[in-house]
Amino acid sequence: MIRFILLQNRQGKTRLAKYYVPFEESEKHKVEYEVHRLVVNRDPKHTNFVEFRTHKVIYRRYAGLFFSLCVDITDNELAYLECIHLFVEILDHFFSNVCELDLVFNFHKVYLILDEFILAGELQETSKKAIIERMGELEKQE
Amino acid sequence: MIRAIRACKTAAEERAVVRKECAAIRASVSENDHDYRHRNLAKLMFIHMLGYPTHFGQMECLKLIAAAGFPEKRIGYLGLMLLLDERQEVLMLVTNSLKQDLNHNNQYIVGLALCALGNICSAEMARDLAPEVERLMQFRDPNIRKKAALCSIRIIRKVPDLAENFMHPATNLLKEKHHGVLITGVQLCTEICKVSVEALEHFRKKCTEVLVKVLKDVVNSPYAPEYDIAGITDPFLHIRLLRLLRVLGQGDADASDCMNDILAQVATKTESNKNAGNAILYECVETIMSIEDTSGLRVLAINILGRFLSNRDNNIRYVALNMLMKAITVDAQAVQRHRATILECVKDSDASIRKRALELIYVLVNDSNVKPLAKELIDYLEVSDPEFKGDLTAKICSIVEKFSPEKIWYIDQMLKVLSEAGNFVKDEVWHALIVVISNASDLHGYTVRSLYRAFQASVEQECLVRVAVWCIGEYGEMLVNNVGMLDIEEPITVTESDAVDVIEIAIKRHTSDLTTRAMALIALLKLSCRFPSCSERIRDIIVQCKGSLVLELQQRSIEFNSIIGKHQNIRSVLVERMPVLDEATYNGRRAGSMPATVSMSSGASLNLPNGVAKPPAAPLVDLLDLSSDDTPAPSSSGGDFLHDLLGVDISVGSSSSGMTQVPKAGTDVLLDLLSIGTPPPAQSSLSTPDILSSSQDNKMPAPTLERLSSPSSIPIQASSPAGAAPMMDLLDGFAPNLPLPEDNGLVYPSIVAFESSALRLTFNFSKTPANLQTTLVEASFTNLSPNIYTDFIFQAAVPKFLQLHLDPASGNTLPASGNGSITQNLRVTNSLHGKKPLVMRIRIAYKMNNKDVLEEGQINNFPRDL
Repeated sequence: MIRFILLQNRQGKTRLAKYYVPFEESEKHKVEYEVHRLVVNRDPKHTNFVEFRTHKVIYRRYAGLFFSLCVDITDNELAYLECIHLFVEILDHFFSNVCELDLVFNFHKVYLILDEFILAGELQETSKKAIIERMGELEKQE
Repeated sequence: MIRAIRACKTAAEERAVVRKECAAIRASVSENDHDYRHRNLAKLMFIHMLGYPTHFGQMECLKLIAAAGFPEKRIGYLGLMLLLDERQEVLMLVTNSLKQDLNHNNQYIVGLALCALGNICSAEMARDLAPEVERLMQFRDPNIRKKAALCSIRIIRKVPDLAENFMHPATNLLKEKHHGVLITGVQLCTEICKVSVEALEHFRKKCTEVLVKVLKDVVNSPYAPEYDIAGITDPFLHIRLLRLLRVLGQGDADASDCMNDILAQVATKTESNKNAGNAILYECVETIMSIEDTSGLRVLAINILGRFLSNRDNNIRYVALNMLMKAITVDAQAVQRHRATILECVKDSDASIRKRALELIYVLVNDSNVKPLAKELIDYLEVSDPEFKGDLTAKICSIVEKFSPEKIWYIDQMLKVLSEAGNFVKDEVWHALIVVISNASDLHGYTVRSLYRAFQASVEQECLVRVAVWCIGEYGEMLVNNVGMLDIEEPITVTESDAVDVIEIAIKRHTSDLTTRAMALIALLKLSCRFPSCSERIRDIIVQCKGSLVLELQQRSIEFNSIIGKHQNIRSVLVERMPVLDEATYNGRRAGSMPATVSMSSGASLNLPNGVAKPPAAPLVDLLDLSSDDTPAPSSSGGDFLHDLLGVDISVGSSSSGMTQVPKAGTDVLLDLLSIGTPPPAQSSLSTPDILSSSQDNKMPAPTLERLSSPSSIPIQASSPAGAAPMMDLLDGFAPNLPLPEDNGLVYPSIVAFESSALRLTFNFSKTPANLQTTLVEASFTNLSPNIYTDFIFQAAVPKFLQLHLDPASGNTLPASGNGSITQNLRVTNSLHGKKPLVMRIRIAYKMNNKDVLEEGQINNFPRDL
């Protein structure tokens, strides 16, 4: 199960944070800070997995953005790595060539995409097309 | 607004903008401005993301959710999920809105509600809304069905009791064709199986075949662009299916059998050149390892892991190591085959991989492969990162200790570790090493020479220095004379002054800590006797330490200086080699919880100046260094007996018997040695041996052993008349006229003859020179329990070669808690004086709380020559 998802830039500014388990506000900030410190200095040749408290963080770097998932210790790391990539592809498709600014100005849309992709800490949909279509339908509702 | 915030160059500017925005939003909230509500909330969320407090927005969320239109609701729910979590009371207010929205006509609104529920649902909400969610799992739109399925997962996690309600709808989801619904259905089933055994059985019977068929379809499905990732159709679904199969197959042979073929197919057919394929293989291997025995598949699985290990991608190697760790319980032999590759991973530059690999190697070590593995690891120690050295050292030490085939190998390896990473070695490890060295009498010479060499090379490794100093102190002459050369050694020439150099360096190096310096000081004392030619130089070094700011060192150096200067005659016996340390005792101590502190009674403060009772963080160290003024056995019994004198426990500033320590029963007896007090000193000529010492021989029979509070340890006690002299010297300032005892041979230290949890019996001995056969024994009983003993009777029996006469006791009531004692005089005549030691069987009877108590024991620890 995914505990939380973080999107951070290299400076440690959080661009998206989604928690599927409750944390105190102060704890959230601490977690974000710690995760950033963990992933930001790692050699790109190193594994994309780091142990974090009693869980592990699967992270992947896209340009200046770090996508980090915190998952249970028994979960399949490679699958979540693939999952991050799929999410990025969806974002890329949706914003056509996504960049950090897109995520900043349309953060609420990023959350909506995430809600279509992952729910309750589990994968909801694995088809890029289905999610993009669904987003189109939701936009029409506005 | 976002633009404004982004334009801010400093944190202060940003705070100002945020404050202004917050004020505007608050104003608009209080005006109940409908049109801008959702824009305000969007702003608030952004502010929240930056880490500013946004509590005042919570009610706005609820209002937006209650609004009619989709856009308002959408922002409202988003805000709800971001700004609130399941623990907030406000959430209670949403339950009703959620319920309405779950029954809404607009499926998009239903979707929103489900989404919010799935992310922030609390236990109460779960109970309230479970029926709605259950119903929605049959909704016509697949988007709603999958959301409902995931919501159910959340509900089950919150309230496991509800799992059974979802069992049947979940079963239906498995028949779906829509991948999204299918994957959520599979996840729901997995979750239900986790919480309900009954459901697990149900799924096992009903669904195993279905799932196998679904997996087969997915594996064999033609190219599907919608779900394709790196040439594989929906790897996520693969993985979820494999995971559910794992849960079903675990512990059930039939179900395992059923999935056998498809697992083999997945394991062989999946492309492994992309991450997605490897993820599936990884999951498949884990499933194979978990389900019931199918050895053919396991070979396949281990081979896959072998391939993973040699992969260039670090991620893949990492998961392989992870999985091998699990596989080792299933098939250790197969994992052993990959040992070499795993060893390479220990040397990887990535800390995550190194850590995994090291853990794996650690469990892989056995008697047959310990030598090459330890060699590899130690070689690697030289080049490894400093932050990894601690871990690595601990593991190597533990491996070497656990599996060492012979002592010389153990010593060799430990010396290597010490010279490479001595600073990372834990105290108990080098303590253990010293115990082993001390026990390997044929290797003393070899060890001390190796240490000497190692010391020259790596003087900065604290623990190495300590061990070297100890060994040179003990076996210095072997170093100089090349005693006990082994064939494999290269001879070295070390002069006496070279050996002293080593100690001098150790004591003067500014980084040496107190323990090292104290050990060095004792080594010097010992060397002063062994190397007479260097005696003057050693004395100089010791004298320099007199100015040490550390009380312990200062006092020791003053004492040692006076031993060297004034007591040449007894020095050689005083500094004789330490007795062989008892391995069993030491191991017992390590195994048992380390007694954190010696039970210091009121005497503690008095004792401290003596240094013996330095707060014993490492009790063994105390024994090793601070109190290692070993003395010889009065008799020539040689190595058979452990003799040790703790001569330093004399009362320097106080002549009161308050010094006497009452070691708590149960404290390690070795520690007792340190804290056993002194009999009242300086009262009569008889009590000149205020040095505490006690003796008990090594061959003590079992009954006595059992009586000891700590059965694993053998009290090392020795009598040492000789020790009295130098100690007396310390009393010079206080009792300058006290003569050195001339009748050394007739003075015996007292012993603790018997000790149980409730009672202690101490013997004081005296003899008249005219009649060597007869010994006067003053028995003194101390009550260690909080109860008064009445009707106290002591009886004793001796073998035929002894004659025993008991005088009447001083009383028959023993006050509680050591507040007094009974004394009784005994006269023992030994007809075989000098040939056989005294031995005595005792029986003590008393009443405690009007209950009869009987204690018996045998006393074998009389000083040898009574």
